[in-house]
Order: sequence, then structure tokens, then C-alpha cells
Amino acid sequence: MHSPDAVGSFARRHRYHPLEAVPWLIAVAAYFAFPTYVPLGAQILATILFALSADLVLGYAGIVTLGQTAFFGTGAYTAGLLATHGWGEPITGLLAGAAAAALVGLLSGLVILRTTGLTLLMLTLVVASMLYEAVNKASWLTGGDDGLQGMEVWPIFGRFRFDLFGETAYFYCLIVLFLCWFAVRRIVHSPFGRSLVGIRENVRRMHAIGTPVGARRLVVYTIAAALAGVSGAMIAQTTQFVALSFLGLDRSGTVLIMLIIGGVGRLYGAFIGVPLYMIAQDRFSSIDPVYWYFWIGLSMVLLVVFARGGVLGLAERLQLRVRSRR
Amino acid sequence: MSAPALETRGLTKSFGALVVANMIDFRLERGARHALIGPNGAGKTSFVELVTGALPPNAGRILVEGADITLLPRAARVKRGLVRTFQITALFRGLSVLENVILAVSERHGIGGGLFRPAGNYRAAIEEAFALVERLGLAEDALRPINTLAYGRQRLVEIAVALALMPRVLLLDEPAAGVPSGESGTIIEVIESLPPDITLLIIEHDMDLVFRLAQRITVMVQGSILVEGPPEAIAADPEVRRVYLGERKRA
Repeated sequence: MHSPDAVGSFARRHRYHPLEAVPWLIAVAAYFAFPTYVPLGAQILATILFALSADLVLGYAGIVTLGQTAFFGTGAYTAGLLATHGWGEPITGLLAGAAAAALVGLLSGLVILRTTGLTLLMLTLVVASMLYEAVNKASWLTGGDDGLQGMEVWPIFGRFRFDLFGETAYFYCLIVLFLCWFAVRRIVHSPFGRSLVGIRENVRRMHAIGTPVGARRLVVYTIAAALAGVSGAMIAQTTQFVALSFLGLDRSGTVLIMLIIGGVGRLYGAFIGVPLYMIAQDRFSSIDPVYWYFWIGLSMVLLVVFARGGVLGLAERLQLRVRSRR
Repeated sequence: MSAPALETRGLTKSFGALVVANMIDFRLERGARHALIGPNGAGKTSFVELVTGALPPNAGRILVEGADITLLPRAARVKRGLVRTFQITALFRGLSVLENVILAVSERHGIGGGLFRPAGNYRAAIEEAFALVERLGLAEDALRPINTLAYGRQRLVEIAVALALMPRVLLLDEPAAGVPSGESGTIIEVIESLPPDITLLIIEHDMDLVFRLAQRITVMVQGSILVEGPPEAIAADPEVRRVYLGERKRA
């Protein structure tokens, strides 16, 4: 092994692989192939972003959280409140949603990230529950249990109106997801992203090499909160409605399930798990409207037993096996 | 006379009734090759944890080159050149040898928090890390994940990571622990060849290694310093023989 080889292998690692184009090609193809599913498609795209934010915190930094929904809901209510109070411009609505969510992430992170493991998990739940109840109580502002009604979202750039068929929404979500994915991909390949992996793998060692571990965790928590905020704002704007369920804890659990199905800590787990889950949910609920959740649960059990590491983990093992045969 | 590389004054730590450090006054002179020995549970590793900031002391002060670091967080101590290795290998097991070292080099260069530029574009850090890996004879394994290496090789990576931080004071916590005797020679050679401006404190059980490397030895028993002196004096000390060397022979 010579120096140029080793250095080269590192310099190449962040380069784009042809397979990375596949999700985007599928997204465009799906628009033409399944016109009646375009509204569901937009939801899937926005939810992928939510799962991507969870992957950054859980998969890369190893922060086990059930509180991502707090940031998702903050983004949704921020964009929603702006649109009900006379500011329906979507792009600034998204940015405001991101900023508000990032602020909640930063402030709650400052307190709760001092802990780790099970204590931290409980505290993430606490933050999400507190926010849920606060929004529920403030019904004069948020509509409480009835949700936020009467959002008026303006056309994008004053030109592209959000239509009934969800076509504008689809491309809006696709482009925002693409930009956020690009940013996340840069982050996970940066020295910061590598140090997150270090913190996940061995936090004692990271302290011993002089890493400000607390600061790194706070930064990634805040970034992920902003991304979840964008996701929530995007769903609020495209459905023109925000419900209390946007802050519900089951959403935090569901997004983790989606991520686990796809594969945690691999950047593309969200792109596989979310569509699989949401399409399965759509199919199962039309085949078996009463017991569809049972089938989701059953598939989940099978996946955890037979495909640890999700679909991507399975693919990696198959690839290894094929290589070792050769 | 210049201040010692590392000094503790009245350093004390207890967990309930268990006293792991009892009023420890310790001086590590600059450029020293100093060993800290003692039976199991004497508080050697706790001493390292206290000095590096992983454990907060109940009382006492810690000074590096005359500056009080007692209240500094761990990362800030590393920036001052106070670096440790772990008794039980603590590496990033899924990552390659090279990346383990790169992470350390990146932190020293202050680029570890860089958010947007790909890690692979920081050529200087990668090349420096590889040079170090090569120097320790690990070039062949540079791209292999840690968990595929023999334990002796892992111990070398442990030292490589520490050296990547350019230590001024290096605390080696049982560098040869768990390594088959045939392989410990490489580790001893690496330690012997360290530049003289790195001050070394070696915590060790292996007496051959201690007497070969150390110019000065401190013996700890039950959280306190029993005696300190040059190797010959320690070897001849009847008290040391009773509590430590003798016990080992019987075992």
C-alpha cells in the first residue's frame, strides 16, 4: 500500500456513484407513470426529507430520539400560521419553518443533549409532548384539536399555483428534497460528518482526540431539526392544512420504522424505506381497511428478523456474498 | 527551573467509601520516561482519567507545564498536548486504520468541524495520517477496518492515534496489555523510538517493559503513592517487593 493509493481512496469516496441518480430518475418517471398517485408522491417526497433528518441524528450521530416530530410540527405550524395570517409566499414560509424548528432544536438540545441513552430518549419524548400540549392549549392561535384551517398559499414565484391534482406540489417537494439531500450528502462526507460517525462508534475516543463532542452533537441536532422543519412546512403548504397530529408522537415512531426498513446511517435508507412503507400502507389499507396496520406490523417483524440493517443492509450482504464467490 | 510537564497537587477522588486517589502529589519532569505501577485496583487508570478530565476530582489541582487545567474540559486538555491511550483498545472498530488516524489529525488541524467540504479533499491531513501509519509499520493495513486486525496491530493503531495529536505529555495506559509476548517487541520499539521531547508516563503491569523503558518509577497502592525512585531502588525496596513484586511472583 503506497501513500497515493490510500490518499486516493479517500479522495474518491465522496464522488458520485451512478446509482445515486436512481431515486431521482424514479421520482420523475413515477410522475408520468402514475398520474393518479401524484398527491401521494408529494407526501412521500416530503416524508423522505423527514426521514433523512432522522437519519442524520440517529444513523450518523447515534442520538436515539423520538422527538423529531417536535421539529416537524414546528415547521408545519410556522408555515401554516404565516399562511393564515396573510403571508402565503411558500419559499419564505419554508425558510421560516426551518428557522423556527432549528431554534426549538437548539434550545431544547442545549438542555437535553447533556444526557445520553435512555435518559435522552425520554427527554426527546418530553420535549415533543410538551410542545404538543402547548399547541393544543393555544387553540385561539392554532385551532387546537380542530387543526389550523384556512391556509392560503400563494403560487411559487408568483407563477406556479398549487393545483388540485398536486402536480405543482410534486415538483415543489422534489426540488426541495433534492436541495436538502445535496446539503446532507455534503455534510455526511465532511470532516464534521465523519466526526459524527466517530462519536457514534466510540464517544470516549472522540473526547480523547480533543473533539468538542457536545458542540458537535448540538450542531447536528439543530441541522436535523431545521430539515424536519422544512419537511413539516412543505406538507403543510402542499396540503393547506396543519393538524395536531403533525406533533403526534406516533409520527416520530413511524419515521423511525420507515428508516429502519430502508437502512439506518446510510443516507439512502430514507429513499427506500419511506416509499416502501407509504405505498404498502396505501395498498394494505385499500385491500384491508380495518386490519391494515397488522400487515404493516407483520412485514416489519419479518424485516427485522431476516433483514437486519433494512433493505440496504440486505443489499450490502448480498453484494459481499457475490464478491466472495468470484 | 522550568515547571514540570505534568503535576498534581493533593489530587483526590472517591466513590463513596472507595478512595481511588488519595492526596496524590505527583511530578512528571519534562522529557521523562516515567512508569506508574501498582497492583490491580491501585487507582492507576483512575489517575489517568482524572488527569485527562474524564473524571472530575473531589479535590486537588492538575497542572500542565505550570498552567492549572483542573477545570478545563477534555478537548481543551488535548489541545494543550495532554494525550492518553486506552488500556482496553478504544478505536473506531468499523473504520479503517487510516481513518482512525485521520479523525485525530483533523481535530488537531482544527478542521474536524468543517461542514461542507468533503473530508477527502483535505489532502494535507490524509497524507500526514498516512505518513504516521507508515512510520508505525501499518501501511499494509491502512485501509482495513480495525476489527479485522490482530490485537497487537490494534495496540499500534492506538499509539498512532495518540501520536497524531502531537502530544507533549503522553499517558500510555498499559500499551502492551493483552498482546502476545512475541508481538509486544514491536510496541516496545515504537515507544523507545519516540522523540525525547515527548514526556512519557507509562502505566504498566509488565515488569520487563517497565524496567526496560522507565528511568523513574512511581508505585501506587490503594489510591496512594507508596514510593517513587529510579528502577534499581524500586526493585530493591522491600515494601514494594512485599505489596507488588512478590505478589506477582506468587500469582
